[in-house]
Amino acid sequence: MITVTLACCLAIVSVISIFVGVIDLDIPSLLSGDMEQLEILLISRLPRLLAILCTGVGMSVAGLIMQQLCMNKFVSPTTGATISSAQFGILLALLFMPSSTIWGRAAFAFVTATLGTWIFVWFIQRIQFKDTVMVPLVGIMFGNVINGITNYFAYKYEMTQALSTWLVGHFSMVLRGRYELVYLVVPLVILAFAFANHFNIVGMGKDFSKNLGVHYNFVLFMGLTIAALITASVVVVVGSISYIGLIVPNLVAMFKGDKIRGTLVDTALFGALFVLVCDVIGRVVIAPYELPIELIVGILGSLLFIGLLIYRLNHGRKAVQLSGMRRRDAVNGEARR
Amino acid sequence: MFVKELTKKYDGKTVVDGVSFEIPKGKVTSLIGPNGAGKSTVMGMISRLIARDSGLVDFEHQDISKWKSKELAKRLAILTQQNNVQMKLTVRELVSFGRFPYSGNHLTQEDEDVIDRAIAYMELQEFEDRFIDELSGGQRQRAYIAMVIAQDTEFILLDEPTNNLDIYHATNMMKIVRRLCDELGKTVILVLHEINYAAFYSDYICAFADGKIAKFGTVEEVINKETLSAIYHVEFEIMQIQGKPLSIYY
Repeated sequence: MITVTLACCLAIVSVISIFVGVIDLDIPSLLSGDMEQLEILLISRLPRLLAILCTGVGMSVAGLIMQQLCMNKFVSPTTGATISSAQFGILLALLFMPSSTIWGRAAFAFVTATLGTWIFVWFIQRIQFKDTVMVPLVGIMFGNVINGITNYFAYKYEMTQALSTWLVGHFSMVLRGRYELVYLVVPLVILAFAFANHFNIVGMGKDFSKNLGVHYNFVLFMGLTIAALITASVVVVVGSISYIGLIVPNLVAMFKGDKIRGTLVDTALFGALFVLVCDVIGRVVIAPYELPIELIVGILGSLLFIGLLIYRLNHGRKAVQLSGMRRRDAVNGEARR
Repeated sequence: MFVKELTKKYDGKTVVDGVSFEIPKGKVTSLIGPNGAGKSTVMGMISRLIARDSGLVDFEHQDISKWKSKELAKRLAILTQQNNVQMKLTVRELVSFGRFPYSGNHLTQEDEDVIDRAIAYMELQEFEDRFIDELSGGQRQRAYIAMVIAQDTEFILLDEPTNNLDIYHATNMMKIVRRLCDELGKTVILVLHEINYAAFYSDYICAFADGKIAKFGTVEEVINKETLSAIYHVEFEIMQIQGKPLSIYY
């Protein structure tokens, strides 16, 4: 039910988003083969839409994997230092290989994002935090340290201008020929789906995994690597986009629980929808100019996040009951009372 | 299954010191002893959760560390208290994980039947679609046991299964342990704090003190005034209730 609704919404907003922009597109001239209109569609609008979808899917799935593996609902590519590490990688690429292509920069970002995430998780496993909030706080601090180093080198070698593209996420630079890397998200998400049960089992704890014959450390680091690669692919193309990896998996889990097999598709769809809506808003608010996606996501995201916290305060960890869903439970509940 | 000269050191301090014993098949064996006597560490080592420093853990004529982890998961199950209780899984999803060593990601009809039976055996049908983090402690513990039943192993190891349960649920848990052995023919090994549960519901008791085995034997051989006083350093009186020796300490 939810999945179908999300897919329909996504399809509708996708179509709308294609027709939002400085130059008006209209269906009759597209159909009649107006070359100018077709070019805008194929060079700008369609790539942008696909990049947005991949970003939404990728960031939310990366967040879902990280939350499960770290057993902490507040861990995400932002609060787990993955994004900062990827940005650091891009800086290194700009420093050492000034003429590097997008693939060269991606290679650097892959390595640093993976290493940064590993170091963060190794660290939080070493120190067993009693308070779940400590884990993301450590992640944010770690991320800021990396950001600091990135900024230091950027100033020293006068690269702040070049680097700024990757610091604030935006889709305005997405054109045919310079965004295709983001498609890497698709095979990585499929890989994540294949290992969904492994991630769930590892998320239940080390003893639990060993009991079921699952190699805890191997699955943990493989999962983190997948999440880091997804994040790095997105950061290299559109820059930093926070909140999605944090909020989307949490919202979906409130309705559908934590079984990744059951939530991954919804998480991906909802993530894509969320980014797409934010992007359309960003393009409409001060048209013909546009606001960076990071700004809109930040505003909407923080509002949703506060709402999420308030809900948790009032209702504890209880799942949201949807009418018609799990009605048998409700009946059982009545009977017991 | 037997262990020989098992030793474990933490930071130079010997926690388990030359422990050897054989686990009787098809029986309930309880490991008891004061805090820090090494019973949980021994349990961890015989279930391959904790690496041992020296000694041998022989499981079906092969050292336990030589077993393929997936094969071992079909023969021996261990349930500890260190599970992520925050995870929003339904009871059925949790129990399904018991079939993971057999079928991985694709559950067959046979797996579904095994899962159904395990849920029914633990009388969890009405909670099947509830999230485990919304259940009471006793219900959640039963859900974990149902998962272990679905895992369908000959050996079941339980680390303090009555921890954090009230008297009603703890007693129920011990009755379940007895049924696992009597009805399903499992070999059950438990770590217990409560001596009387061990005395009433097990066949054999292994009492630990200072990292060594103080006494291993049938319930009658271990639950007596002299042995218990020597292990726990408090006064004991033994009473017979329903033909079982129960202890009173003060």
